[in-house]
Amino acid sequence: MIRVILPAHLQRLANVHREAEVQVAGPVTQRSILDALETKYPMLRGTIRDQVTHERRAFIRFFACGEDISFVAADTRLAPAIAMGTEPFRIVGAMAGG
Amino acid sequence: MSSVRVLVGTQKGAFILTSDGKRKQWDISGPHFAGWEIYHINGSPADPDRIYASQSTGWFGQVIQRSTDGGKTWGPVGNKFVYEGVPGSHKWYDGSPHPWEFKRVWNLQPSLVEPDTIYAGVEDAALFRSTDGGESWQEFPGLRSAKGDLWQPGAGGMCLHTILLDPSNPKRIFVAISAAGAFRTDDGGESWLPINNGLKSPFELPDPTAEVGHCVHNLAMHPARPTVLYMQKHWDVMRSENAGELWQEVSGNLPSDFGFPIAVHAHEPDTVYVVPIKSDGEHYPPDGKLRVYRSRTGGNDWEALTNGLPQADCYVNVLRSAMAVDALDSCGIYFGTTGGQVYASADSGDTWAPIVHDLPRVYSVEVQTLQ
Repeated sequence: MIRVILPAHLQRLANVHREAEVQVAGPVTQRSILDALETKYPMLRGTIRDQVTHERRAFIRFFACGEDISFVAADTRLAPAIAMGTEPFRIVGAMAGG
Repeated sequence: MSSVRVLVGTQKGAFILTSDGKRKQWDISGPHFAGWEIYHINGSPADPDRIYASQSTGWFGQVIQRSTDGGKTWGPVGNKFVYEGVPGSHKWYDGSPHPWEFKRVWNLQPSLVEPDTIYAGVEDAALFRSTDGGESWQEFPGLRSAKGDLWQPGAGGMCLHTILLDPSNPKRIFVAISAAGAFRTDDGGESWLPINNGLKSPFELPDPTAEVGHCVHNLAMHPARPTVLYMQKHWDVMRSENAGELWQEVSGNLPSDFGFPIAVHAHEPDTVYVVPIKSDGEHYPPDGKLRVYRSRTGGNDWEALTNGLPQADCYVNVLRSAMAVDALDSCGIYFGTTGGQVYASADSGDTWAPIVHDLPRVYSVEVQTLQ
């Protein structure tokens, strides 16, 4: 099971407590995780990536194993720790302003 | 016994205020959708328990919420707003071409007769409709054909912020866009006409009487007389006797004719309300006095309504969608401020009292009159 940590606004929207869990058949990548997340929680469509182009929204960042992978190609395989669920895939609302 | 439900959209969630017909005691629920911006929350005239809300943030984009039980419970519906065809470009602030990009829904207007039909005014400016309760949305691209390439954003963005449905003619719709102007369709949304003849914008436009480009802030009509329209423009309060074919200024003796909302009394088609704001550079009331102005003559002659409103050191604004009326025998008027107050009058504006003090910045106020 893959663990996904959502920002607080999206936790409330999807009605999940901190972490969502999804299953991915095949390679574990940004795209396959987000596809699985949006299938399980359709209310998240359009809130993380564009509904048509599937481009990441400008103020969203993705982290895996402590690294910002927002600019890594969406079909790149992620670390085994993400696939095994020992580390979460983090979706973060980028900070802006103070 | 009649009651009222006030739907308040704020910068950090939605709030629902309810009272009986006396409008003295108020119950407040919320925040709904806490932490999200609620640009508009509006109920269906055909089924008052059906309420729709526009929920967004700059981080997470647009969500549409729907309630079928008067706002007690909510569920997200469709949020896919895709322009028809290749949308092309409009003007950017500096006059250069800028691609059309969906940003958010500013206004939700449920059909007068069909609870599953709802119109959405969006930024970048366009009109969408859903006929399945918000699950899916289709654009009216004919609106952007009304010289959309010349439209330009106002300070708040290039938004379609006002939608008026004509109760006497289901094929006629009026919309207003900042900063493009007012537009009308007479064929159910297929084709649209700019209706800006008579507007003058000498401080904002190279051609002060241009066909499009005017910064219209809000429109209002009385449902019993839908050919008469009222407009709060960036500067100037205007009135049209002929469904927007020609506008005449009715600012009269207002202390400032800059402002955002405009509303019409529920039972008196010639009684109109505005909230004068000092200027486009100073978005607060003149002299620090929060005054609603009422005209009982369709404009030109205005009286200040001050009883119960702060008359010193008040520097809030009242945004374009933040004033509404109820339909009780003694008409109620409501408005919300950027300071988080919602003021109400149960006597057509003669006396006022805050019905809530300390909400987040109020974006919108709508009222449902319930039996």
